[in-house]
Amino acid sequence: MTLAERVLDGDVRAAARLMRDIDDRFKSAVAELKTLYPHTGNAYILGLTGPPGAGKSTLVDQIIAAFRKKELLVGVVAIDPTSPFSGGAILGDRIRMNRHAEDAGVFIRSLATRGCLGGMSRSTMDVVNVMDAMGMDVVIVETVGVGQDEVDIVSTAHTTVVVMVPGMGDDIQAIKAGILEIGDVFVVNKADRDGADRTARELAAMLEMKHPEPGAWLPHVLKTEGSRGIGVEELMEEFEAHRAFLKSSGALQRLIQERNAKLFADTLREELFDRVFGAINENGDYCRITDGMRNRTTDPYTAVEEVLAARAFP
Amino acid sequence: MAERKLRVLVGKPGLDGHDRGAKIIARAFRDAGFEVIYTGLHQTPEQIVSASIQEDVDCIALSILSGAHNTLLPAVNELLKEKGADDIVLMVGGVIPEEDIPGLKAAGIREVFTPGTSTETIVAWVRDNVTPHA
Ligand code: B12
Ligand SMILES: Nc1nc2c(ncn2[C@@H]2O[C@H](COP(=O)(O)OP(=O)(O)OP(=O)(O)O)[C@@H](O)[C@H]2O)c(=O)[nH]1
Ligand SMILES: [Mg+2]
Repeated sequence: MTLAERVLDGDVRAAARLMRDIDDRFKSAVAELKTLYPHTGNAYILGLTGPPGAGKSTLVDQIIAAFRKKELLVGVVAIDPTSPFSGGAILGDRIRMNRHAEDAGVFIRSLATRGCLGGMSRSTMDVVNVMDAMGMDVVIVETVGVGQDEVDIVSTAHTTVVVMVPGMGDDIQAIKAGILEIGDVFVVNKADRDGADRTARELAAMLEMKHPEPGAWLPHVLKTEGSRGIGVEELMEEFEAHRAFLKSSGALQRLIQERNAKLFADTLREELFDRVFGAINENGDYCRITDGMRNRTTDPYTAVEEVLAARAFP
Repeated sequence: MAERKLRVLVGKPGLDGHDRGAKIIARAFRDAGFEVIYTGLHQTPEQIVSASIQEDVDCIALSILSGAHNTLLPAVNELLKEKGADDIVLMVGGVIPEEDIPGLKAAGIREVFTPGTSTETIVAWVRDNVTPHA
């Protein structure tokens, strides 16, 4: 049996290995993903993003528990940064989710960014697809603790949750438009701390100032205390409401379109680059081009035009 | 063909709260370019094995200073066998008496590192003895 067939057969080790092959960019993974693709598109994908230490993993742990209560199968992709110095990484999100380790209805995978900006890894979308094909009802993606403009999660998730903590809203300038644009649900976690109400109010006021189009989703601000599970029930209801809105408003179709377009564009971009770059590396053109650039007899613009002209793109 | 990045799970089984060594080892592994899944304190053998499978690690590196090594480590190894995952290299470090080491090795623990071992020695051992899954 191929890895993909074993994945569809419910083999956890095969799924884990395929995710590894994807992450390590093995060519063989492409064939497996082809097999799995028809079996994807069923999972509800939930993204959590927000600054480092806001309590994303702690909330994911609670959200897993809540979905498990409903007897849904849950996949988690948790992303932490790769050290730019060594290429290594410490992936620590799992620590907060250990109580689910023995539950066969939960599959948690840690990924390192491996140099990818945007809060995720290059492999994230494909790994989510493997979990989807495994039959997970929900896939939760926790991005790295991002600053403000790393917002790739939006094109992956159905519902994007922005997790903040009290105090952050004190300086309205500090919250850039980017993070306000991406959230479908806003959470002020660590509500046990001073200033939670104020942060929630300021955040809500900022969201109201956006003047949404008629019929658009109006993101709410919720308060939670991840470490004790307080506010998680309301959070789950908000997910449900957003999901229902996506379906009834037609926004879901638009989201799926965008997601598909991105997956196709990303795949095309990578494949084109790999092929063309591989070819010119092999036939020596690449060396000639860099030599030419060094002594200024050629420029990168002309070189790219020539490389592409030598291949047929009608 | 793309190259495998080594993945190692670092964790502490049992009720042992001494986590300095584990953290130092996790950092040394990261600085060596490995991807470390750090699962923290109080792990049961079941949790360790299940996490190792989901994370597809090449090596499980446990830290034990509590004295419970003789029961916890063989339990982890048995579970790995049961799940067909005994191709994962199992190693341990911490306060472990010399006289216990032969027994642990016989129980499938590939190497034992006691206090005072330099992280360079440990990283070098991993490089020499752990090959990423094909
Ligand atoms: C600091 C310390 C504490 C701190 C721990 C702080 C922390 N967060 O880690 C505190 C004060 C909390 C503490 C408490 C206790 N401690 Co204490 N503690 C120590 C002490 C003095 C040093 C441990 C240490 O941090 N060393 C520094 C680190 C870097 O070294 P290391 O962990 O040994 O790691 C090195 C190697 O062992 C190896 N290594 C370690 N892990 C791993 C993992 C892998 C994969 C690899 C490859 C290598 C590796 O590499 C490291 C670098 O060389 C030791 C004595 C000693 N000299 O070891 C006692 C010691 C470990 N503690 C001991 C005891 C009994 C206790 C208590 C039960 C005391 C009590 N009655 O309350 C409590 C229990 C706490 C608990 N919940 O588990 C005993 C254990 C006896 C035993 N094993 O039979 C020791 C040995 C003291 C003794 N001689 O009696 N302790
Ligand atoms: N006081 C308080 N602490 C919390 C709450 N939720 C989480 N924490 C603590 O905040 C710290 C960080 O929590 P994590 O869940 O690891 O945060 P994170 O956003 O996943 O962090 P990164 O993944 O490192 O960006 C931990 O020590 C948690 O115990 C809360 O509601 N109140
Ligand atoms: Mg986290």
